[in-house]
Amino acid sequence: MNSPFVQLTLVKLREYTREPEAMFWVFVFPVLMTCALGIAFRDSSSAEIQVGVLQTASAQAGAAQDAAAVVATLDADPRVAAREVTGDRAASLLRDGEIALVVIPGAEPGSVSYRFDKTRPESGVARFTVDEVLQRAAGRADAFVPEEQLVELPGSRYIDWLVPGLLGMNVVMTGLWGIAFSIGMARTKKLIKRLSATPMRRGHYLGAQLAGRLIFLPLEAGVLIVFAHYVFGVPVRGSWLLLSLLIFLGAVSSGALSLFVASRARSFEAISGLINLAIVPMWIMSGVFFSSSNFPDVIQPFVQALPLTALNDALRAVMLAGDGFGAVAHEIAILSAWTVICFGLALKIFRWQ
Amino acid sequence: MAPGLIRSPAVLAIRCVNLRKRYADVVAVDGLHLEVRAGECFGLLGPNGAGKTTTIEILEGLNRADEGDVEVLGMRWGADDNALRQRLGIQLQETQLNEKQTVEETLQLFRSFYTHGEALDTVLARVQLEPKRKAQVGKLSGGQKQRLSVGCALVGRPDLLFLDEPTTGLDPQSRRQLWDLLEDFRRGGGTILLTTHYMDEAAALCDRLAIVDKGKVIAQGTPLELIRSLGAEHMLDFTIEGPALAIEALQGLAGVQSARITDTGYSVTTSSTHQAVPALLGLIGESGGRLTLLNTHSATLEDVFMSLTGRHLRDE
Repeated sequence: MNSPFVQLTLVKLREYTREPEAMFWVFVFPVLMTCALGIAFRDSSSAEIQVGVLQTASAQAGAAQDAAAVVATLDADPRVAAREVTGDRAASLLRDGEIALVVIPGAEPGSVSYRFDKTRPESGVARFTVDEVLQRAAGRADAFVPEEQLVELPGSRYIDWLVPGLLGMNVVMTGLWGIAFSIGMARTKKLIKRLSATPMRRGHYLGAQLAGRLIFLPLEAGVLIVFAHYVFGVPVRGSWLLLSLLIFLGAVSSGALSLFVASRARSFEAISGLINLAIVPMWIMSGVFFSSSNFPDVIQPFVQALPLTALNDALRAVMLAGDGFGAVAHEIAILSAWTVICFGLALKIFRWQ
Repeated sequence: MAPGLIRSPAVLAIRCVNLRKRYADVVAVDGLHLEVRAGECFGLLGPNGAGKTTTIEILEGLNRADEGDVEVLGMRWGADDNALRQRLGIQLQETQLNEKQTVEETLQLFRSFYTHGEALDTVLARVQLEPKRKAQVGKLSGGQKQRLSVGCALVGRPDLLFLDEPTTGLDPQSRRQLWDLLEDFRRGGGTILLTTHYMDEAAALCDRLAIVDKGKVIAQGTPLELIRSLGAEHMLDFTIEGPALAIEALQGLAGVQSARITDTGYSVTTSSTHQAVPALLGLIGESGGRLTLLNTHSATLEDVFMSLTGRHLRDE
């Protein structure tokens, strides 16, 4: 109990536990975020395709094809939900994504126009589905009837891909902010200077910052994984031990980076700026919300070297593909290198006075 | 070094020779010499910006001198740092201890750094914070915070205590409590080096003093020696209406050692007030002026500083 390392770790720990806001950001926020994203990107393939059918002047005049008949035809198919729309409404509904396609009945039977934006994937699907329904209703016979084998694979949905990324991001961001900020505070209050006037060993102080960060890690990561598992069915296919090791490495590497970032800065403003400098590239490029392979080949070596990229890739491999140690050894090496180099540099250049 | 040796008055706790420290465009310390004997309370008295904090931080090993030689407890910074740190107690002027920790936790943290420290209860009793042991630092008053800060310096059972402006900003009662605490430490055989810009604090606490101005020691000795160096024990400060008085005329008066013009009027030093006052009144009467204010007091360290520099210790 009376070892300096234990005492310094306890100080760090109490900074968390006596600051309810800190607990919110560490525990509640990631779960709320997963929940919000999970609902937004939940499996939507079973939803009906929303289609608008334009009321035309000729239809009102009693032409062969009136809008109501087209709506009835489309609605008879379980995949499609159709409604009549006027010209002005059609444009705004289409723009807002409330309908995927506008069907414009022509004057003659069999003359139909489809209005849609082809860059929207759901509009492309709507065009072919609606076309199939209308063609069949007009008497087209299918050349053959295929059999459908429907499968649903947890692990291949967007939410499955997203959760490991959110977990990685959360571990890294908490590490970066939590440590650098409290060091910034201690430095502006001249507390670090006061500690350096004691026989305290410098490595103990820096090490305790990391240790204090790690104590809540199992709970923090556990809450998110368990929540995602029970609420959204996100799988953990690989070993829990390997997953724990990855989360641990993610936390210490980002903690070490945080120590390095905070090692010289004299003010909060400088520290905030430096943390953002470290976080923003990872936020954008490390594959949290979309794949890091979207970035050009030229910058891939940089993207792949980022600790969050390594962490996210490894978390996905273990959680979704069930990969073993060998498959993520490369990522483990990257995270370990970040830890050792940043901690060593921080110890060397840290500003104590 | 055995405790007995360090406590013998012949041994020096601090010796510093020809200390110099320059910042970008300011010379903070300009060839400062200092000798502090083991077991004494030594004060650096001077106005803000005199170089006291820079000096004490160099002695504490927190700042590096450009030139000069420093020896603390017979050891040197750069060679014996850890051994030295084990034996020093340090209180810094601007430290704000972590507000979310309790008094007890704060002391426990500092205690953990020292191999031969004091029991927490002993320190808590010494700094009179037992009732506050479970209170968070953020909830303490200014005086309590300052005593805790000194407690953190004492918890390693130091031989030498450094205090930088320990009572600045404290109310009279809190100052008194802190003085008692330091007196207590010294009675136990400890050595103290403190900086202050309060002459009453220097006079009450210090066995010996160095008056520091512009990075140099301009006078040194016991408080009494310094006051006696004025050659007079009393001061007469007065203002008049009417024609100005000549300094030479004032200096020629019976019993007067020296005279100066001040911001508000005149200041005269004397060793015999009963001679100087009638003579002064006579002089004012002859010149056709009228005395509007007369104030006499025993000479203080403030007067010593004034006579050496022509300025007040606390320049507003």
